[in-house]
Amino acid sequence: MTTRTADGGTAAEPDLQRHFDGRVAADQRIEPRDWMPDGYRATLVRQIAQHAHSEIIGMQPEGDWLTRAPSLRRKAILLAKVQDEAGHGLYLYAAAETLGVDRADLTERLISGRQKYSSIFNYPTLTFADVGVIGWLVDGAAICNQVPLCRSSYGPYARAMVRICKEESFHQRQGYELLLRMMAGTPEQRAMVQDATDRWWWPSLMMFGPPDAESPNTQRSMAWRIKRDTNDTLRQRFVDMTVPQAEKLGVTLPDEQLRWNPERGHHDFGEPDWEEFRRVVSGHGPCNAERLRRRRAAHEKGAWVREAAAAYAARGARRPGEVPA
Amino acid sequence: MSESAARPEWPLFEVFVRGRRGLNHVHVGSLHAADPAMALHNARNLYTRRNEGVSIWVVRSDDITASSPDEKDPFFAPSGDKVYRHPTFYPIPDDVPHM
Repeated sequence: MTTRTADGGTAAEPDLQRHFDGRVAADQRIEPRDWMPDGYRATLVRQIAQHAHSEIIGMQPEGDWLTRAPSLRRKAILLAKVQDEAGHGLYLYAAAETLGVDRADLTERLISGRQKYSSIFNYPTLTFADVGVIGWLVDGAAICNQVPLCRSSYGPYARAMVRICKEESFHQRQGYELLLRMMAGTPEQRAMVQDATDRWWWPSLMMFGPPDAESPNTQRSMAWRIKRDTNDTLRQRFVDMTVPQAEKLGVTLPDEQLRWNPERGHHDFGEPDWEEFRRVVSGHGPCNAERLRRRRAAHEKGAWVREAAAAYAARGARRPGEVPA
Repeated sequence: MSESAARPEWPLFEVFVRGRRGLNHVHVGSLHAADPAMALHNARNLYTRRNEGVSIWVVRSDDITASSPDEKDPFFAPSGDKVYRHPTFYPIPDDVPHM
């Protein structure tokens, strides 16, 4: 493959590849109009789109509680949080588009089930304590995943992640504060928090993806500096961060093997049920069908708005008195 | 999907935000909108939910003319060999004040 250069000549691929490798090795950022290997572009499109879809679908589990929040304060907080998730999705779609993909195509790939989103959003939110636990554990895990991505080699992705990480901190803190309040309440409220923790703990650990040994693309993504840490490294970091938070909160994390290992300087913990993970990822979780059905319905019901706005804009572009051809 | 053919394309806009008075507008990202007025509203909702800005510009992405990012692009070469444009090019004795 050759590509045209500014002076009208052509540069051979090995040359371009060397420039690209040099930039990545020097920890410089790759920007949209730079040459990049096809595999790098494809990996980024897949990862960013999947991430964007997760943010968009991620509005649903918590959105279920918007009309049933126990106070105006909680309702306003939850609204702001769900709106943030929409924003995160849009930052990421914009980053994906710099790689030459079309937004409408990405939406169609999501609602037709051709592109995936994080398996965590296929679990139901059964009580209001789930809203708190999602903020604490799910957003906590997301932060663990996303902070290193602020240094991802692809500039637009890294910049989107910087914005997202700033906002995730509010998400995690509102969740933890909600749980602290409930833990200071009645025995029933405390039981709700423990129940929600029991249900969300293992799916949260699965958010980091399969074990390193079963994650064949990890090495390549790390060489390209799209990813900065392996799945298992991030999972360990999350466990180590969360254990003292659970103690402070007064809940038990549902893992009998969870204990401090002074030799490793980390917590040992049990293995998530990877069979369940594969089942949920492949579309057979408790809420997969519901999530996609609702996203598709929202898209289809919004079609007339998009058409009307486009028609209005087209009319505005004409000069006064001009008639359509 | 059948919708692809019929779907109305909303153009892409680049968004620039002035963080506070005294600063330049800085590029923060992009978004789709049917027209510039909608782009401004969407930009406010998307990029300034936490007082990040006091002023927003939106520009159709198609309307931006950009230099080539190519490594061997000679476009920026003219500034590479003009060291005399920098103050450090001129040796001045240390004991000359206010220089």
